[in-house]
Amino acid sequence: MVVLGCLGLALFMLPFIGLLGRIPWTALPDLLGSEVVIDALRLSLVSSVSATVISLVLGIPLAWLLARVEFPGRSIVRGIVTLPLVLPPVVGGAALLFALGRRGLIGEPLGELTGLILPFSTWGVIVASTFVAMPFLVLTVEGALRNMDRRYEGVAATLGAKRWTVVRRVTLPMIAPSLVAGAVLTWARAFGEFGATITFAGNLQGRTQTLPLAVFVALESERDTAVAISLVMVLVSLAVLIALRDRWWRAL
Amino acid sequence: MSTSGLHADLSVRRSDDFQLELRLQIPPGTTAALLGPNGAGKSSAVSAIAGLLPIDRGSVSLNGTVLDDPQRNVFVHAEERNIGVVFQDYLLFPHMSVLENVAFGLRARGIPRHEALDRARQWLERLGLEGIERRRPGDISGGQAQRVALARALVGEPDLLLLDEPLSALDVTTRTKLRHTLSEHLAAFAGPRLLITHDPTEAFLLADEIHVIEDGAVTQRGTADDIRLRPRTSYAADLAGSNLIRGRADGGVVAADGKTLQIADEDVVGDVLLTIHPTSIALHRAQPEGSPRNSWETTVDQVEKLGSRVRVRTGQPIPLTVELTEAARAEMGIEIGSQVWVSVKATEIGVQPDR
Repeated sequence: MVVLGCLGLALFMLPFIGLLGRIPWTALPDLLGSEVVIDALRLSLVSSVSATVISLVLGIPLAWLLARVEFPGRSIVRGIVTLPLVLPPVVGGAALLFALGRRGLIGEPLGELTGLILPFSTWGVIVASTFVAMPFLVLTVEGALRNMDRRYEGVAATLGAKRWTVVRRVTLPMIAPSLVAGAVLTWARAFGEFGATITFAGNLQGRTQTLPLAVFVALESERDTAVAISLVMVLVSLAVLIALRDRWWRAL
Repeated sequence: MSTSGLHADLSVRRSDDFQLELRLQIPPGTTAALLGPNGAGKSSAVSAIAGLLPIDRGSVSLNGTVLDDPQRNVFVHAEERNIGVVFQDYLLFPHMSVLENVAFGLRARGIPRHEALDRARQWLERLGLEGIERRRPGDISGGQAQRVALARALVGEPDLLLLDEPLSALDVTTRTKLRHTLSEHLAAFAGPRLLITHDPTEAFLLADEIHVIEDGAVTQRGTADDIRLRPRTSYAADLAGSNLIRGRADGGVVAADGKTLQIADEDVVGDVLLTIHPTSIALHRAQPEGSPRNSWETTVDQVEKLGSRVRVRTGQPIPLTVELTEAARAEMGIEIGSQVWVSVKATEIGVQPDR
């Protein structure tokens, strides 16, 4: 048991050690200051935060429907929500392209009406990230809403609170730890998103090339840049984990 | 028929095999109790009257306003009823301070923050809770939580006060203490009060009228004495179980109904409430030997068989319910009208201060 456990741990640790060993310390400032890296970092932060915000706005009501409203086909809806979790991201990206692409089912009329073309734009990155990441939020929040003691909502009603006040002042604060955990998972998934993004939004520096895409490109030509970008991603992820660690551990 | 107070005649179906039928009238300034075992439907009654559970038949009205009447398509939502509820387990919002909990109802009804907090603070002071305003419900004692829940229910000056098992989450000592505080606050509330409890002592001490509820239906209603002296179901008889005697204690002696009783606690002085369990009272056909100091001669007024046990009701000077086995009764030949000697050990008498 101990041996196998340590082997499992090694599987997690060794890649990081490998990465650290390859870091070109002296060239690091120049590599990180390069335009490609700055563009990709900015784009990654913008798209992952946007995806998280959109997931909160759309995902909380969806979780609410799944947890609180009895309707026919509810388990099918839950299945659809879960699908992006198990679907290969590349397939997800291709599906997005067929639906929202320039010639897509919805993409074509959308482009004609509003001029908005999602593929190969930053919005495309955000849509792709939201698609793969939102299930984390929906499922976490749905679980929390199910486990919550609903009697507290009744208490608030007898105290004169209207439905929206109950949600705002009782329900959401009471599931806050799960909400934070769900948002962090969602953000992390969006921040690391690769397959759906490259398929749906392409790989244009400054518009759709996020950090993971930049790593992939750099690995072909400039290994040192790839290592430097990877280091940035590890550090950003670690920083978020550490900043939220108390709530994170409590809710999971 | 007066329209003030609570009028409820309702039927609620919770599941295929459970239905609650209840008819209640509570005039302002009086307390009614729903007394019954767990699962009897008491909490459904709270939900129905508070507006959290629509009734299936009948009507609920408060001070002349119809709150729920499915036949006339009237249903006033919980947030529009002005009913204060102290919930079972209190259900204080865990993410708010004590003060915010109490102010919540005022804020929800649109009272400005500053004024709401001020009024909440006044209620906390009134209930002797100054100093814990900033604490979270998780950091206060059960007794404090009960009073915070009471403050939260009363701060909005409700037209009706519902108390669902307000004392059952407390340990025995705190419960006895808080029962008296609670009775004072109930008396200070001018509207109708409905107390839900499974504890007969609570119902007997706090309520003017008691409704015994079993399996979703009221099986008996009346004053504490009606139910204690003339229980109509075996559940009510079990409730009547403990004998309650009021008296005045001084130095280990209690004067009650022209008789004196010895108690074990010599330090209690003043009005007391004595409880004696029916199985701890002995009956004899002749004056008992030895020295049980609490002993007197009386007649048997009533004999009731409950399976292998028998409940015997004795007469003056202190009427008691005594429980013994049928075998023991037959052996002593105890029937209605028999002359018997009653004896109780001082250590078997429960003593608590009366309000």
